[in-house]
Amino acid sequence: MSKKVMLPLTDEVLKDLKTGDNLSLTGVIYAARDAAHKRIVEALDQGKPLPFDIKGATIYYMGSTPARPGRIVGSAGPTTSGRMDAYAPRLIAAGLKGMIGKGSRSKVVKDAIVKHKAVYLGAIGGAGAIVSKSIKKAEVIAYEDLGAEALCRLEVEDFPVTVINDIYGGDLYEEGKAKYQGKAS
Amino acid sequence: MREIQAGDVTNAVARLFEHSCHYLPPDVIIALKQAREKEKSPVCRDVLGRILENVEIAGKEQIPLCQDTGAAVVMLELGQEVHITSGDLYTAVNEGVRQGYDKGYLRKSIVSQPCFARVNTKDNTPAMIHTDIVPGDRLKISILPKGGGSENCSRLIVLTPAEGRQGIVDFVVDFVDEVGSNPCPPVIIGVGIGGTTDKAMFIAKKALLRKVGEPSPAPEVADLEREILGRVNNLGIGAMGYGGTVTALAVHVETFPCHITSMPVAVNMQCWCARREEAIL
Repeated sequence: MSKKVMLPLTDEVLKDLKTGDNLSLTGVIYAARDAAHKRIVEALDQGKPLPFDIKGATIYYMGSTPARPGRIVGSAGPTTSGRMDAYAPRLIAAGLKGMIGKGSRSKVVKDAIVKHKAVYLGAIGGAGAIVSKSIKKAEVIAYEDLGAEALCRLEVEDFPVTVINDIYGGDLYEEGKAKYQGKAS
Repeated sequence: MREIQAGDVTNAVARLFEHSCHYLPPDVIIALKQAREKEKSPVCRDVLGRILENVEIAGKEQIPLCQDTGAAVVMLELGQEVHITSGDLYTAVNEGVRQGYDKGYLRKSIVSQPCFARVNTKDNTPAMIHTDIVPGDRLKISILPKGGGSENCSRLIVLTPAEGRQGIVDFVVDFVDEVGSNPCPPVIIGVGIGGTTDKAMFIAKKALLRKVGEPSPAPEVADLEREILGRVNNLGIGAMGYGGTVTALAVHVETFPCHITSMPVAVNMQCWCARREEAIL
């Protein structure tokens, strides 16, 4: 069973999200990877306006394949989130509430998630064909020169994700592993 | 001498990349289904179910399996009786990558310079080409669209001969534990033991060309593969790292003779989306 969640995320909604919950997201998310994060942080450092409102926003660590003619988007699965750890705490402090990706986060990011009340959500790595079905609209809104790494605004409907790190300090990777360690044989 | 047209190489390479990014090899699909049967965690069984659903959608609707359609790794076995005509071999391979990634609507993920400008080459070239010269008059082309998530989970160590078999097992298991959810488990673990360091990493990657779960023909190596697989699956990482009993689908070990002082061990990880194909011209 998955919980239906409407975006943008609020502190009220975040209170009810616990590590291990399956969610189905509907609303607007922004796709950004390494190079776009670098530019977002540069803009924050210089006090320049961002190409989107970061307060309450959810960022998806993703760079899709090109859409075939007549399609909205190509394959659109998550990339490894750890590469964004260098930038994420800055974005969280600026108001970012949700991050979607795959793979574990650094302690600094996990601390920022608890301190500023945010959430890290996992999508299934490699399953980009399924995710593309949840994307109803996609447009590049900035950094077009970055090609596959441009900043995109996506409208999603019932995007399936799992809560990895919640506001209470829970971590699905650590809890899941502890539960099944030594249980294979 | 047997002549092979450069244009035929280009066409084959283009077709292999386009096709492989939409269809997994049958042995990989079987291994994923077996993993779903064996997995003790309901959460990971669900993940594996969605992974298998993704495989179906990709083929049926021509959406690449994964958005990371990789660096284009091309391994050639060139028969010494072959003469490539109307162009040179590597240009033909790169042209095939260019065409396959364009026509297949695959993502272009290569930057021209690794640490300064990092400007996308926009056609996914250059390919990472390795060539073995072999007897015969055929050209075998094996390709791996190698995603960054799993490729970034690679490591090389030079152990002392005294560290022996146990040293190898511990090194590989500890490394898989360390990278956890990052390489998109359940993974296939390529291990290269021996040679010089460059050779060790190359045979670790070459091990990924083997059919999933096909054991090494050398009994002592097959035994090592089984032991590493057992220990890795007891780590508890599971599909996507959500906690489960199938962290790896297989461990493939390749070995090569080495210097009396050394025992290099290389690990090259492959995500569950183990795209790989070959053609013989």
